[in-house]
Amino acid sequence: MSTPGLSSSRFDGYSEARLLKRAKWSDGLFAVLGLLVLVATLLVLGALVADFINDGASRIDGDFLTSYPSRRPGSAGILSAWVGTTLVMIVTAALAVPLGVAAGVYLEEYAPKNWVTDFIEINVTNLAGVPSIIYGLLALGLFVQTLAMGQTILVAGITLALLILPILIVATRESLRAIPQDIREASFGLGADQWQTVSGYLLPAARPGILTGAIVGMSRAIGETAPIITIGALTFIAFLPPSPIQSSFPFVNFDWLNSPFTVMPIQMFNWVSRPQAGFHINAAATGLILLAMTLLMNGFAIWLRYRLRRNLR
Amino acid sequence: MNRAVAPPPPTVTPSHAVTPAEVTYRAQVEDLNFYYGSFQALKNVNLAIADRQVTALIGPSGCGKSTLLRCFNRMHDLYPGNRYEGKIQLHPEDMNIVGSNVDPMQVRLRIGMVFQKPNPFPKSIFDNVASGLLIRGIRDRAVVAERVELALRQAALWEEVMDRLSQSAYGLSGGQQQRLCIARALAPNPEMILFDEPTSALDPIATARIEELIDELRNDYTIVIVTHNMQQAARISNFTAFMHMGHMIEYGATSEFFTNPQHEKTHEYITGRFG
Ligand SMILES: Nc1ncnc2c1ncn2[C@@H]1O[C@H](COP(=O)(O)OP(=O)(O)OP(=O)(O)O)[C@@H](O)[C@H]1O
Ligand SMILES: [Mg+2]
Repeated sequence: MSTPGLSSSRFDGYSEARLLKRAKWSDGLFAVLGLLVLVATLLVLGALVADFINDGASRIDGDFLTSYPSRRPGSAGILSAWVGTTLVMIVTAALAVPLGVAAGVYLEEYAPKNWVTDFIEINVTNLAGVPSIIYGLLALGLFVQTLAMGQTILVAGITLALLILPILIVATRESLRAIPQDIREASFGLGADQWQTVSGYLLPAARPGILTGAIVGMSRAIGETAPIITIGALTFIAFLPPSPIQSSFPFVNFDWLNSPFTVMPIQMFNWVSRPQAGFHINAAATGLILLAMTLLMNGFAIWLRYRLRRNLR
Repeated sequence: MNRAVAPPPPTVTPSHAVTPAEVTYRAQVEDLNFYYGSFQALKNVNLAIADRQVTALIGPSGCGKSTLLRCFNRMHDLYPGNRYEGKIQLHPEDMNIVGSNVDPMQVRLRIGMVFQKPNPFPKSIFDNVASGLLIRGIRDRAVVAERVELALRQAALWEEVMDRLSQSAYGLSGGQQQRLCIARALAPNPEMILFDEPTSALDPIATARIEELIDELRNDYTIVIVTHNMQQAARISNFTAFMHMGHMIEYGATSEFFTNPQHEKTHEYITGRFG
């Protein structure tokens, strides 16, 4: 059925059929490649976890979690290590999140747009790529030796916070930058000042992105070994830091910040380097629990982000 | 200049005639120049804004309507490199809105704005309308709730949202969002409201509702509205100003403006011969 005067090919120079075929072909190719890469990555991760489970799962029980390290692999546990990791992570988060967000907000919303700001921005981005052992050396020289703060939970927390600060700054800036300009115009248009705009409208909208940055940063910090060893964390700790809660006034106690400590990756590293097979099983078990702690932490952040997103939309 | 021209065919019929005698002015633009960096977007603009009347700004795309409107609440101050010269006197206290000694915040607290594209905050309907009140430090829950309801009623949105005030504003339709933004601008009770093509993204029914709304608002607020639609300018405005390439070409009572334009360019524009 053709209409007289209307030809089916309206333009010369291309063929619709060929374009469609090419589009299908390139879509298909990309999908296959993407799937292959994804499967390969997941396989490696799966093999790693399976290996850990195979070696260490049977070792995990209540005693393992509530015992101090010991000379005998069978009675050694990771109590001091997981408590140490938890406390160091608390210090890291308490320092890195507020500082990173504040710096990101300042750079994005307050700093004048000039070469100084550009220079700072480039350096912050570069800092994210500095090897972590350099941070360890800095902390050793500055905090441990010059300031004589000792090899404490506080120093470890500060060091890891510095390490992940660039990640949080960049995440904060990016998520602020992604907020449509008309939200700023709406806020200023109502007579809001800079701080009301930032705290009332920009930060709430940026929160999911900032949380993602916090997840990435904290996941990096929890597994860091090099800087913590560099500052001289002990590998054999058979006691817990003082409790943060006490029965007498003022009921909280910050002595734990100045306590020596060990963390999970160090405990693992220590056990892996022993000759006895029993310690290798302990190391695998520790690795599994470290993995679980990371997943737990991320799960919490993802849940929080989901809640925030739901409130926003 | 100012050559008399034949009246255009009666395609647009002004509906809000005012006689100049009853007019008092709320603001006066005097020799205003505005620069985006080195580009001069407003050239020696003069214009008077009548108190509690609707003034429409019309003109071809890119002539500087939005630029002029955004001078009134110092929106240009949000971006670096922008510069004002001249005056916009705000009566009765004779404050120069674009003066460098005037804090933009002071201006924006008194002059509200509704943007071309609805831009609700990613918050609940209630919180959106309450925003301007909270920004002004009004925290008394009862007062806030009362003013939110009043503003939503004025914006003809109350009936539609009264039982979902705590839901996200993003769940509203485009037209509802635009009325929400109008309610948000009304709630803190500004003296003047600026509208930048508030209906350009809306269907005829939503447009009609917003026009009705502006019609009611004129009793209490001084309104400046940018529009591309000459029928709309004729329907809702008391005064019309025609701009072309950064110049203010002609300004007058809407009834006069459409039936007896003084300037050839105006005549050509309203008869659809350019723009
Ligand atoms: N941020 C900016 N930087 C530089 N020039 C700009 C900027 N915004 C607008 N202009 C220029 O200023 C002139 C006036 O623009 P304006 O947005 O005021 O036009 P308008 O009359 O509102 O047009 P429209 O009807 O299309 O919205 C135009 O030539 C435009 O290109
Ligand atoms: Mg415009």
